[in-house]
Amino acid sequence: MFLSKLREAWICLKAGQVTLPYPFEPHDPAPGFRGKISVDPDLCFGCGGCANVCPAGVIEIQDLDQYTRALTFRWSRCTYCGRCADVCPEQAIAMSPLYETATDRADDMVLRLEVFMGPCGRCGRCFSPAHPLERMMVTGFRDDTVGGRPEARSVGPLEVAGCLRPPPGLAAAGEGRAHAPEGGQP
Amino acid sequence: MLRELCRKAFPKALWVYHCNTGACNGCDIEVINVLTPYYDAERFGIRLVGSPRHADAILVSGPVTRQVAPALQRLLDATPAPKLVFAIGSCACGGGAWFDTYSTLGGADRVIPVDYYIPGCPPRPEAILYGVALALGLVPKKVAAERMRQETLDELAQGISRAVSGFAEAAEGGGP
Repeated sequence: MFLSKLREAWICLKAGQVTLPYPFEPHDPAPGFRGKISVDPDLCFGCGGCANVCPAGVIEIQDLDQYTRALTFRWSRCTYCGRCADVCPEQAIAMSPLYETATDRADDMVLRLEVFMGPCGRCGRCFSPAHPLERMMVTGFRDDTVGGRPEARSVGPLEVAGCLRPPPGLAAAGEGRAHAPEGGQP
Repeated sequence: MLRELCRKAFPKALWVYHCNTGACNGCDIEVINVLTPYYDAERFGIRLVGSPRHADAILVSGPVTRQVAPALQRLLDATPAPKLVFAIGSCACGGGAWFDTYSTLGGADRVIPVDYYIPGCPPRPEAILYGVALALGLVPKKVAAERMRQETLDELAQGISRAVSGFAEAAEGGGP
């Protein structure tokens, strides 16, 4: 009885201190940990794939005006599944290892990104062209001048596939009907 | 003001009552994990109590279901003031994946006032400890609302011209 207690005490003492000194010293998570969403604003082109797959509906997309699409990440309800980072074609979204996200205000858990979009040359609606090369040609699509390709923009404005509205200049001149695509108007 | 109140009211021990309002038990397991010797929340005098009448703080986990919402309200009324409410996990913070379903109200703050949010699915035990330490004023807050925007074409052109002129001035100034 006494010996067994002594043995127990010896085992306990042998273990030493196991408690983490956590709040006073940092404790990094293991590699691959998925923490708070981090967004690279320069890479996003507003395709909305992240909002499409998010199981918790964290990401809301609004078109504010002809040139601006706003992505609002309400990550208070994020489930940290990492689907948005997986589907992002430009790797603009990443799961950072930050887990110390406790806060006393609900407003702190919002991330808002305004993406500068290229509008359709006819109707002015924001759109994402199908082909990557066309994306490069949309006026004001992305920060390509820093990358050394300022000339790629000199092509005229693109149009949404099947856009039925006449171009603004032609509509004002009353020639829209003549230039409308086939099957557009009866 | 709340932080000052906490310093005065809870200098030695924070007794918490943990209530599950429809959680999947992930957050509950992490709360129990915080009390193990590895994380040892009892260093700060934190311990779980069995009745809200004994509690200084309430840990809410789970999107508040319709069935449990009145009980949660009564539970808050039964807790003596001053009291803190921690929302633990994504469900309690904003509803999680159930933020707009018919059977939940989508977050603890729809029912009771929440003082501290600890997001995570489930939050790491360190994150829960961090939230409590934040409430006790031991650590600084690390997150804030972020607002980012891309540059428009005009701004880009201006920025480039400014950068070019700045470069030219630097080159002139630096020359002999």
